[in-house]
Amino acid sequence: MSNMYATKYIEVLRQSFVIALWFMFLTFPVMVIRVNTIENVVEWRWMNIIYVGIGSFIISFLWQHLSGRKASDRKTIPNADGIKSLGQRLLGEKRIALPAAGIVSVFALIFPFVFSIYQTNIMATALMYVVLGLGLNIVVGQAGLLNLGYVAFYAAGAYTYALLHYHFGVGFWAALPLGALAAAVLGILLALPVLRLRGDYLAIVTLGFGEITRIILENWNEFSFGPSGISGIPRPGLFGIEMNIQEATTYLYFLMIILCIITIFVVNRLQNSRIGRALIALREDEIACQAMGINKTRVKLTAFALGSTWAGLVGVIFAAKTTFVNPASFTFLESAMILSIVVLGGMGSITGIIIGALILILLPEYLRAFSDYRMLLFGIIMVIMMIFRPQGIVSGIRRTYEFHLDGSESKK
Amino acid sequence: MAPLLEVKQLSMNFGGLKALDRVDLDCLPGEITALIGPNGAGKTTFFNCITGIYAPTGGDIFITPPDGVREQINDLNMYKVTQRGLARTFQNIRIFPDMTVLENVMIGRHCRTKAGILGAILRDRTTTAEERAIVRRSYETLEKIGLADDVNMLARNLPYGAQRRLEIARAVATDPFLLLLDEPAAGMNPQETKELEALIVGLRDEREISIFLIEHDMRLVMSLSDRVYVMDYGEMIARGTPQEIRKNPEVIKAYLGEDVGA
Repeated sequence: MSNMYATKYIEVLRQSFVIALWFMFLTFPVMVIRVNTIENVVEWRWMNIIYVGIGSFIISFLWQHLSGRKASDRKTIPNADGIKSLGQRLLGEKRIALPAAGIVSVFALIFPFVFSIYQTNIMATALMYVVLGLGLNIVVGQAGLLNLGYVAFYAAGAYTYALLHYHFGVGFWAALPLGALAAAVLGILLALPVLRLRGDYLAIVTLGFGEITRIILENWNEFSFGPSGISGIPRPGLFGIEMNIQEATTYLYFLMIILCIITIFVVNRLQNSRIGRALIALREDEIACQAMGINKTRVKLTAFALGSTWAGLVGVIFAAKTTFVNPASFTFLESAMILSIVVLGGMGSITGIIIGALILILLPEYLRAFSDYRMLLFGIIMVIMMIFRPQGIVSGIRRTYEFHLDGSESKK
Repeated sequence: MAPLLEVKQLSMNFGGLKALDRVDLDCLPGEITALIGPNGAGKTTFFNCITGIYAPTGGDIFITPPDGVREQINDLNMYKVTQRGLARTFQNIRIFPDMTVLENVMIGRHCRTKAGILGAILRDRTTTAEERAIVRRSYETLEKIGLADDVNMLARNLPYGAQRRLEIARAVATDPFLLLLDEPAAGMNPQETKELEALIVGLRDEREISIFLIEHDMRLVMSLSDRVYVMDYGEMIARGTPQEIRKNPEVIKAYLGEDVGA
């Protein structure tokens, strides 16, 4: 037995050594050679290559050690997905879930009065991403249609408000449903040509769609005023009351709280409805789904429309919050960010996505010192997640029913 | 009585390959019809043409529901065929693996219910009543098929034989008048096959669902079917009762090859 372990460790050490050598070789030009242009000499920083070697050796060793352990864990639990994760157990336990919900709501209510306007602003942004994440989850998590151009619908909402205000003086509250409608229509327009596509192909087309939208906004000066954007968009009003910047921020924060609650309510109800089940069936098996009498076309259009609506709503709020829109706010990075929220939080899980949004939006704000490495950290987090917890922080869980002998049923 | 399913001169070409060549077939009400034939004979292609996965290149398909009018279904979409009352299972199981067993069957009720987005959000009385009926009906179907103890299990965790039965339950939930089973006994052990046989007979006798099945298990076919069709190289080479088929020289030739010595 111990002999087996010893050989395994020697193998892991050997591999780590080879990997370290490779890294030293690959990073040699960048890490060692530096041309000092001022004194016109080449500096050889030999110490750096040693650091790279030691560092990559240690990381590679730990990596193989951990993933090896994970593989053996899998073998001992034959039916891993039958066992609920810690998060699910905590959420399922009423004694823990109810007080937790209470604490969260009290915290949410007093937040703007305890913390500064800056913090409130960041929190409002995070809440916007919660709604965006939940919206994208309908398309990606439930219907299984990978959408990399989600930001286009977000932009549709924002520009709907900006343009309607600029041309017709339409107010925030009138623009809110119109923005949602515009995004939903755009969603259906995108869905129509991509009905036959799935997986990678769908991802590429939606990615292109998002970029095309941004490029149109950037270049069609007569329509969208190009890169300079539209400014002077009014903040949301409240019966014509004058508000200073502090009050306006607090007001917007509470608007976002309300929108979040509405979103969670609606998304939760949809999830366990006839339509919600059809979306999931579509993700699971397209052919079987149709063989069950489900109109694939209609379900796909519904998924895109339902998902985009939320982006449109948030888009209008975004325009009102920043009082300014320009195409630079709607890059692919935004789509990637929202998708990361869904993937990190856990596809199909509402709680997971809320947590994911808070982590991904709040952490970079509070870790400003590391802002240069933000994308690097993102990438690392995603890779680690995909290896060790591909189902996300909180995995989605299906509703269960209890059937009693007298013929009644209850939801659990 | 008019046949539930009438297939006339059905042809299906994939490029130059004639997968089906002018095939005729009838399924009569209350009967169990079987389609047999060697591997690659075109049986599944035939199913796929009837259920709208492929659009046939020639011929006609008609259905006559027990209390309805005759209708041509050549160009109908797959989901419309199911709505008309033909449900099917697949040769390689196509359940929804990450949904629970109950939810799998609830999907079958989709085409018989109508709740929309607004209903789902508002949960008005009609939607709630409909939802309850879906759950009740699905549970009953599962009880009948013997999966009532596993309703909350993820479908992927069911054993193989149970997954096949779940697929049948899901198809039955769509209220078909004709159930098309593509190799329902494939991969089953003798015990499971025996249970399957009882299940199919039960569906026919109690639920009044006529059955049309593709099967390789000859013992099952011979004991179950009222009428057997034999296909080879895309052509229908024989039809008749199980006794007639057993003695048919064409069939024996297709399965065993020609006796060169004689």
